Amino acid sequence: MTTLEIADLSVAINGRTLVNEVSFSLSVGQWLCIIGPNGAGKSTLLKAIAGICKSAGQMRIDDKDLRQFNERERACWIAYVPQEPILPAGMRVFDYILLGRTAHLNLLASESAKDISITNMVITELALDEFRDRDVATLSGGERQRVTIARALAQASPIILLDEPTTALDVGYQQEVLELIDRLRHEQKIAVITTMHDLTVSGLYPDQLMMLAHGAVVSHGTASEVLTVAHINEHYGAQVQIMDNDGRPIVVPMRTKNAPLPSTQ
Amino acid sequence: MVCSGAAIVTIVLAVCVGAISVPATDVLHSIAWHLKVPYMSKTVGTNDIIIWQLRLPRVILAFVVGSMLASAGATYQGTFRNPLADPYLLGVSAGAGLGATFAIVSGAHVSHALIPVASFVGAMGAVALTYTLGRSGISGRVSGSLVLAGVAVANLLTAIQTLVQQQHNDKIREVYSWVLGTLNTSGWNDVRMVVPYIALSTFMLYRYRRVLDVFSVGDEEATTLGLPVERVRAIVIIAATLGTAAAVSVTGLIGFVGIIVPHALRLLVGNSYRVLIPLSIVGGGIFLVCADLIARTALAPTEIPIGIVTALIGAPFFLYILGSRRTGAEK
Repeated sequence: MTTLEIADLSVAINGRTLVNEVSFSLSVGQWLCIIGPNGAGKSTLLKAIAGICKSAGQMRIDDKDLRQFNERERACWIAYVPQEPILPAGMRVFDYILLGRTAHLNLLASESAKDISITNMVITELALDEFRDRDVATLSGGERQRVTIARALAQASPIILLDEPTTALDVGYQQEVLELIDRLRHEQKIAVITTMHDLTVSGLYPDQLMMLAHGAVVSHGTASEVLTVAHINEHYGAQVQIMDNDGRPIVVPMRTKNAPLPSTQ
Repeated sequence: MVCSGAAIVTIVLAVCVGAISVPATDVLHSIAWHLKVPYMSKTVGTNDIIIWQLRLPRVILAFVVGSMLASAGATYQGTFRNPLADPYLLGVSAGAGLGATFAIVSGAHVSHALIPVASFVGAMGAVALTYTLGRSGISGRVSGSLVLAGVAVANLLTAIQTLVQQQHNDKIREVYSWVLGTLNTSGWNDVRMVVPYIALSTFMLYRYRRVLDVFSVGDEEATTLGLPVERVRAIVIIAATLGTAAAVSVTGLIGFVGIIVPHALRLLVGNSYRVLIPLSIVGGGIFLVCADLIARTALAPTEIPIGIVTALIGAPFFLYILGSRRTGAEK
């Protein structure tokens, strides 16, 4: 089984340590969610794994050293969707998803029938048929997210990194996107790493949670191990209560004691 | 097919028009005669000199230079994701201008052959300088720092050129007419000089047209899609610069083509470089042939500098397309 191994991964930019000796391993079919307060280094960690940010430490996939890979080889193993993907105005949804096939093509080659059919399969899989010819710049938030995930799927790599896939979405679209990711990782044996802001939601689907603060791992484990009052209080500086929903923690923000009460009339 | 047909028709018609009108059949016969095409060849008397010696080389030159500038402009806009990028973005024009100015002030008006060589060297040198400075700039933001380095290099070289020019007042007119661009050339020699570079350059850009689409998601995402962004950018920039420098060295600075043609085509056929590059090659050629036709006939016998014509007809034409697209979208 394909396993991604990260050991002592650090990122320093201009002398500032943004990610500090992070280690974990993740096999295909598993979902790791990285949480942590703003500026904890979540996005930087994903970028380092995606190879678009200089880093130190080990990154391996089974017995292969990721650092020995060139852009194309790396892209065959790892797909990445940033927090705010660029959707070029004037590009059709189909052509955008087809860009996912870049890593499988020689620089000067055109797409083969196989690339076209994989793209078509992904489009059907994600129920995007009616959007095929739409301009990507005109899509709504939920549609955009599905289209960018489709591009990552067309890349056919066993590991997918999604930076904040649900942040801009309302609760309905959030659920739709998360269920989609959950289904795909099981069906297509994909290892998924996401970052997320909503703590309760982050405990719902992923198998592993990892909390970062100041670039370092402060807690790593199941949702109920990581989402504790003490952790959230210490690292987010927030007053919360944890409620239990069939073993899944629900994080409820509380009013701090010295905040003035709303006037009751 | 339709495009190359349109290109040939434009070229033939442009050869017909001038101080003395020539029938299109004569043009075809003359070309066939010189290319030794059987059956169609026929001598056409004195018209042959007008066609083969005077007009055809000029029209062909206009076509290849227009192709080059438009496709290079589209390429620059694609790799830098900057709609205002043109083939002169990284200092080609300033470098060529400085080279040509040096050649002119050192008394090259007799041996005009020196001017293209000097401006070609200047253009390539300027872009090499920009690239060296820009790459060592802010890491991870290479495309932005390249553009900034281009601005700095262009300003520096233009300042030097102005200084040199001011110290040789007697040559200002010559420098000026070079800067405004001209297709009034010495016949087939110029064509022979630039065609190999332009052919190689446009062929390369054509081959890389699919990859240019990958650039549209930005450098970071393109990298994670598997594109060696810096290497490919360097390759297409070198290709575009080589052809542009060759074109500029013979015709001087013809502005506007590299911006107007790709954008007009974008409004008509969309954003994909797979379509945009081949259409820019044909459309740029046709555009410059037409612009040159106006340049040499509108105020005949005086010739309007080609750079002025491209701006004068290019800008309103572009605004017209922009406007018609907008009302179309509203309907």
